[in-house]
Amino acid sequence: MAELFFFIAAIGAIAGATGVVILRNPLYSVLALVSHLLSLALLFLLLRAEFIAAAQVIVYAGAVMVLYVFVVSYVGGADEVMSLTGGGRTQRLLAVAFGAAIFVELAIAILGTGLKALDGDGAPFTPGPATFGTPAEIGRLLLTDFLLPFEIASYLLLIAAVGAVTLARRRGGLEGGEAVLDRPAIDYARPSYTGTMAEGVGGRRALPRPEEQGAARPQRSGEVPT
Amino acid sequence: MSINWYVTVSALIFCIGAVGVMTRRNPLVVLLCLELMLNAGNLALIAFSRMWGNGDGQIFAIIVMVVAACEVCIGLGIIVAMYRRRLPIDVDEIRELQG
Repeated sequence: MAELFFFIAAIGAIAGATGVVILRNPLYSVLALVSHLLSLALLFLLLRAEFIAAAQVIVYAGAVMVLYVFVVSYVGGADEVMSLTGGGRTQRLLAVAFGAAIFVELAIAILGTGLKALDGDGAPFTPGPATFGTPAEIGRLLLTDFLLPFEIASYLLLIAAVGAVTLARRRGGLEGGEAVLDRPAIDYARPSYTGTMAEGVGGRRALPRPEEQGAARPQRSGEVPT
Repeated sequence: MSINWYVTVSALIFCIGAVGVMTRRNPLVVLLCLELMLNAGNLALIAFSRMWGNGDGQIFAIIVMVVAACEVCIGLGIIVAMYRRRLPIDVDEIRELQG
């Protein structure tokens, strides 16, 4: 049974990874990565790492991928132009050859290793509350043996959060090219009498013009001021 | 299943991620391929943790996940800043530091 689940999860993980690389639309790449992460969580479960599998699904496939989807939607994932001519093609072929070389090297390292335990099923495992994959054991390790990495990781998260806010903020007010909207944006797009109570009861009475209100506002004629 | 299989799958995923980093030009996809490589490392760590029957490798995997989250945070912040400044979203076009 474990073999069946292993092959399902491994094929899913490798297919998801291939999809991330091959698919042209970045949004589809993100979705392929989500399926890859879910398959990987199944592999973690097979390796008796229950807590990591749960964290993988919740934190990674949930939160981090939502962040990716937001940014892809914001930036507008333009399809990448896959030019098969010129310098791009040789670079792509070289990259694939290089990746294959890394895999061959790693396979030689795995097959030729002196670690006899690699051929076995792993250490004897007895289910229980104190075995190595449970949240209790992970928490005990994090707060005793690995307290310093734990604290450093929390500082790293803090620094990353501050850095992301600093990078993505608007610098010194609005940059050039962004319109300053003094009214709700929907007001620019509709004729002056629509969307009012007057229209609702059948009267086509126009709203007072902005200049009649004494304010130096742009004309309400449909165009967005620059 | 012997641990060999898990480590081999991990090596394969790592190589796919490396090829993606070298071929794709959209920085968003490059970040996704970096995630692939980090996850391959996680899988190897957890496989070795299972091999020794010891939880230390899983702590390593958690720290790797934290580092990956930080990297995503900063990388996406840089991409949003590039988009705000109307720079091309293409790693081949951003070459000011190349000299």
